[in-house]
Amino acid sequence: MLNVTEIRRQFPILQRETLHGARLVYLDSTATSQKPLAVIEAMNTYYRRSNANIHRGVHTLAEEATALYEEAREKIARFINAPSARQIIYTRNTTEAINLVAYSWARANLKAGDLVILTEMEHHSNLVPWQMLQAERGIELDFIPVTEAGLLDLDAYQTLLTRTPKLVAFTHMSNVLGTINPAADIIRLAHAAGAVTLVDAAQSVPHLKVDVQALDADFLAFSAHKMCGPTGIGALYGKADLLEAMPPFLGGGDMIKEVKLRTFRPNSLPHKFEAGTPAIAEAVGFGAAVDYLTSIGMDAIAAHEHEITAYAIERLEEIPGIKVFGPHANYKGGVAAFTLDGIHPHDVAQILDKNGIAIRAGHHCAQPLHEKFGIPATSRASFYLYNTKEEVDLLVNGIYEVKQMFG
Amino acid sequence: MDDLYREIIIEHYKHPSYRGKLEPHDIYFADNNPLCGDHIEITMQVGADGVIKDARFDGHGCAISQASADLLIESIIGKPLEEVRQLNKQHILDLLGIDLGPVRLKCALLSLKVLKAGVYGLGEASDELVE
Repeated sequence: MLNVTEIRRQFPILQRETLHGARLVYLDSTATSQKPLAVIEAMNTYYRRSNANIHRGVHTLAEEATALYEEAREKIARFINAPSARQIIYTRNTTEAINLVAYSWARANLKAGDLVILTEMEHHSNLVPWQMLQAERGIELDFIPVTEAGLLDLDAYQTLLTRTPKLVAFTHMSNVLGTINPAADIIRLAHAAGAVTLVDAAQSVPHLKVDVQALDADFLAFSAHKMCGPTGIGALYGKADLLEAMPPFLGGGDMIKEVKLRTFRPNSLPHKFEAGTPAIAEAVGFGAAVDYLTSIGMDAIAAHEHEITAYAIERLEEIPGIKVFGPHANYKGGVAAFTLDGIHPHDVAQILDKNGIAIRAGHHCAQPLHEKFGIPATSRASFYLYNTKEEVDLLVNGIYEVKQMFG
Repeated sequence: MDDLYREIIIEHYKHPSYRGKLEPHDIYFADNNPLCGDHIEITMQVGADGVIKDARFDGHGCAISQASADLLIESIIGKPLEEVRQLNKQHILDLLGIDLGPVRLKCALLSLKVLKAGVYGLGEASDELVE
């Protein structure tokens, strides 16, 4: 059991009031999480005490900054059980991590006609890079269908695998339906068919214990800002042999071993993929976020979220005219996307905001998934370690108020 | 919220007077708000004298976008196209009688963007049309 009262004290923003004088009820952590004091202070202290550019500097500050930057990488590696920190590449976010694979690995390994399997529940960040590659290279894309219940159709997946795909890239947890996909099974089947795998773990790493070795993932991408860390930094995990064989992504300083006027030799891992001055303070914040989550315990966080989500779905489904999307709470993370008959999600979100309740409305960067369900948009409430059942009650009361206004 | 969801907005959203499609029509244009998926299409019949004889809108979206469209259509019937070319965002804000933040302003202005792109015979509706 989490001590949510104590956890909430660690998040300064949760103490504030909204524009309209209401207490903030933050139900939008799937978009970005709030940040605990430990993270804010780690970044603050870095700028107050240790700020310098990393690597090659020999003065005290440069050495401290480099050590902090690299220690954070080691913390992140341990957090997802990566065999070594050199397999953690800092990126700007999950999107950039996926693009790194699309630009470096895929352009070196895929040719016209090669099949890439995605799913119908992907975020735009795991669709558009592959569509761009399709336009450039003539690769083929196909999609594991989503069932009415909001689960991946694994029988259809097995059929797709008979077409010998080169890559299977899929979300570990849907940012709309909340569905937690059976990643280990998907990867095992992909490997048996000879495909490389890429896991979009933007929603799973913040909320579940993720072990890249147990999953046997080839690539796995996630962002700091959804897991109590700062914006502007994320990570790509990759298997060492794949990363070693890949050409560099962006060219510039720090990613080189040696530069002549006409040639260069790339640096070793992980620096080969980190050109230019990186987000150093953000890396420090990322490391602090990982420490914070570890101190609470990922299993306890997942259990708390499950309890809140199951309660939220039960309460929401009491409301006449509501439709909650996605599978049963046992198969999903802390997300509840819904529609209300006759009321547009933007209106729902706007009216709830007057009561201090922050939810998201729109297609949540998953337009094809919304088209599949025949709806332009949904309202989405999402939950994290700091949310309470009382907040779910406030949400439900707020929705009744919305219905009354449109009554 | 009483401001943003004044009775007039809820009323025009729930019971629009000008929802539909004119057949035949002289001007047609449609566009989306990519952020929220709001969709508006407008059809108009224009007389030889350049006066809008009749107009309708269709589409889906939030109360702000749909009520704005209904109010806008109501305000242009019987007006010369020349006058429609001069309309800007203030016209919509006057019709709604409220102030809007930047996100909801896009919802409110979608119908005017579509209308002006249609009147100018443009290929696409840009934000500059309603500044």
